[in-house]
Amino acid sequence: MINVFNYIDKDSPVHALTGASKCACMILWSVAAMMTFCTPYLILLTAFALLAFKLSKIKLKEVRVLLLFTLVFLFLNNVLIYLFSPEHGVELYSSRHEILHIAGRYNLTLEQGLYHLNVILKYTSTVPVIILFVATTNPSEFAASLNKLGVSYKVSYSVALALRYIPDTISEYHDISLAQQARGIEMSKKESLGKRLRAMSAILIPLIMSGMERIDTVANAMELRGFGKNRKRTWYMSRPFRAGDIAVIVLGIIMVAVSLAYTAYNGSRYWNPF
Amino acid sequence: MEEEILVEFNHFGFKYNAQAEPTLYDISLKIRKGEKILIAGPSGCGKSTIGSCLNGLIPFSFKGETTGSLKIKGKETGDMSIFELSKIVGTVLQDSDAQFVGMTAAEDIAFALENDCIETPELHERTERVAKTVGVSERLTHAPGELSGGQKQRVSIGGIMVDNVELYLFDEPLANLDPATGKQAIELIDEIKNETGAAVVIIEHRLEDVLWRDVDRIILMQEGRIIADLDPDTLLSTDLLRQAGVREPLYVTALKYAGVGIRPEIMPHSINSLALAPEETEKVREWFEHTPEAEQKKAEWPILSVRGLEFEYPNGVKAADNINTDIGKGTLIAIAGRNGAGKSTFAKLICGFETPQSGTITLFGKAGKSDLAKLSIKERADHIGYVMQNPNQMISQTMIFDEVAMGLRSRKASEDEIQVKVEKALKICGLYPFRNWPVSALSFGQKKRVTIASILVLDPEVLILDEPTAGQDFRHYTEIMEFLKQLNADGLTIIMITHDMHLMLEYATRSIVYCDGKIVGDDTGANILTDPELVEKASLKETSLFRLALMCGIETPRAFVQRFIDFDRAVRS
Repeated sequence: MINVFNYIDKDSPVHALTGASKCACMILWSVAAMMTFCTPYLILLTAFALLAFKLSKIKLKEVRVLLLFTLVFLFLNNVLIYLFSPEHGVELYSSRHEILHIAGRYNLTLEQGLYHLNVILKYTSTVPVIILFVATTNPSEFAASLNKLGVSYKVSYSVALALRYIPDTISEYHDISLAQQARGIEMSKKESLGKRLRAMSAILIPLIMSGMERIDTVANAMELRGFGKNRKRTWYMSRPFRAGDIAVIVLGIIMVAVSLAYTAYNGSRYWNPF
Repeated sequence: MEEEILVEFNHFGFKYNAQAEPTLYDISLKIRKGEKILIAGPSGCGKSTIGSCLNGLIPFSFKGETTGSLKIKGKETGDMSIFELSKIVGTVLQDSDAQFVGMTAAEDIAFALENDCIETPELHERTERVAKTVGVSERLTHAPGELSGGQKQRVSIGGIMVDNVELYLFDEPLANLDPATGKQAIELIDEIKNETGAAVVIIEHRLEDVLWRDVDRIILMQEGRIIADLDPDTLLSTDLLRQAGVREPLYVTALKYAGVGIRPEIMPHSINSLALAPEETEKVREWFEHTPEAEQKKAEWPILSVRGLEFEYPNGVKAADNINTDIGKGTLIAIAGRNGAGKSTFAKLICGFETPQSGTITLFGKAGKSDLAKLSIKERADHIGYVMQNPNQMISQTMIFDEVAMGLRSRKASEDEIQVKVEKALKICGLYPFRNWPVSALSFGQKKRVTIASILVLDPEVLILDEPTAGQDFRHYTEIMEFLKQLNADGLTIIMITHDMHLMLEYATRSIVYCDGKIVGDDTGANILTDPELVEKASLKETSLFRLALMCGIETPRAFVQRFIDFDRAVRS
């Protein structure tokens, strides 16, 4: 089955947390990392993130695709920063330690190097946490968590429904696409963009039409079983908040607080060794 | 006695806002506690509309005008909310996949309880109890994609059982199931009725399959009216079913051909209850001996030759395990077996939608001998056409002409050639008068023809159809199959993937039966459906004609089945 959420079922302290607390912690963690350019602190956050990853018992190869995707993105991000503003670090730190002259306006400076290190650290401190959230949160439980966090249950349930029907829709897309290819719809890159767009519509229109039929049935099926009757609902998959849940949320708040405190104390978001 | 009446329709009528004519006229009907009722009738007779009135979708979701009265537990439904009604009437919809709204079986069963704000521990306890009753305890954590059609239906039944409803409403419960699973579904429905004491209403046009377990009354509908409200034995003794276009049980038709008068005393509602007098069985034997054997088509040269075909899905399911078979030119072949047995995979391998790990498929076509592995999906489509089950999954153009022309246009044919070929295909499919119509104006059956025309226009030598008769009533079934038979007679080789035992018996010249990726049966429909071991193994259903033949002391029951089929087809066409 196509697993959208990439949920990997394991017995670990990270899995034992509720989706809501993981979600909150992930958001706080990311905010903390995004706000600061304090290199030692980012190194600390990265260490924490890797520790959490270790605790979750998730193996690297199980999240290979996500990791690869992140690495490509990280690489592109750095290359683009350097191409467009090779002197950004120099401006930020108001000093210049040139190591090597490459060509034209492109130099290698310690300041630029530190800036790039910060960018990389931002990725390494947050991406593991995001991957962890995705890989250790049971999608069923996630809807329950969202509702607990104060999101209306109708919105929460529609998230769950989307996750429920995405695999169906993907396999239907696949079937329709093959049947249309058999009729001669060419999807390969050999064709011009206009032709490919037209080809795409030969697949998307039937997909949308059968999707609409399905939405009707689903809406009726839900109504027939009392969805929307009360202002609240309970959840089969909901889990009670435990001490650990409160702990990770507190941890997240502390991280943000440290970020803020550092900026206030330092007078700038940047740690400047120069 | 008055309080025992659960549902009371009194001169009830209904007209959908979108339609000019009412769908229901003057319906008067009482359903009592603990009763089991079958509502039968051809497509469009209004039987599903009655279902929607019972569960409250009318008037809450489908708007229209009602006349007369409909009371449930003594209260006008118009004065109730759909939620109040859902506590009394539980509905299992036809599409067991779409109504599965939970991420897992457990959540789907618990759905109604969640909406009632039942606390989590009680939720779990009640869900598990119900799961046990419907037999899905082992599968509570499974996602819908990991469940079979039958299991999904059981989950749906569980999902209304948690609510302790007083009336179970089943809308075409057999439509998406293989024959053996359908039989189990009918048994399960019977168990639920006996265990809970609730009333049961089944909406179905497959009469013989529902009558596998006793029902109290059959409500027969035609054109929005109730034309009969009788117990099964009395109804089968009339000619009303045939008039309404509902297929009577095959053994009843056979008895009629033999000149046996159908009367309530012989208990015709089930082949098991049927009590024939010796002179009546004699009549059946005589009919058998006097009916000539139809000529069997000779085996032809193969058009497709499959050797050592192996295919395994990435999840480890072996869907083709050393498949060796020849498809004769000009044959009409049915491929049967339960879902996941490998029949669809076989079709996909032929069309090139999946690539086998080993083995060959050779086509002996108009261009001579060719190894299919060397052809792309598009190139194969010049020889082998594939028609999906749901026409809405294929249609992408607004106008009928354009839809049929699509394959030719993408092959860069000239507009003159397209004009000629499309018109020819439309004529063959009986759609020529509609050629300038939008597709949306057509009925389901006509859309199906459009998709067939859009494939025929490419002039294939082999046509593969996925479930061509699914969800079709007797009249539409006959129409589609007679049409395919005509195409077949004109030389087209046709392969059909199907759960439909009637199709196997009546139209296929040969049936291939799949089980766990292997071919376990390859014979005529009559021979397969009279082989108890094979029927059991491949989740098929034995034909009642076989039992009738044995009951009448006919020594060659298979020949009896074949002769009945040939005779019946001649009578109908």
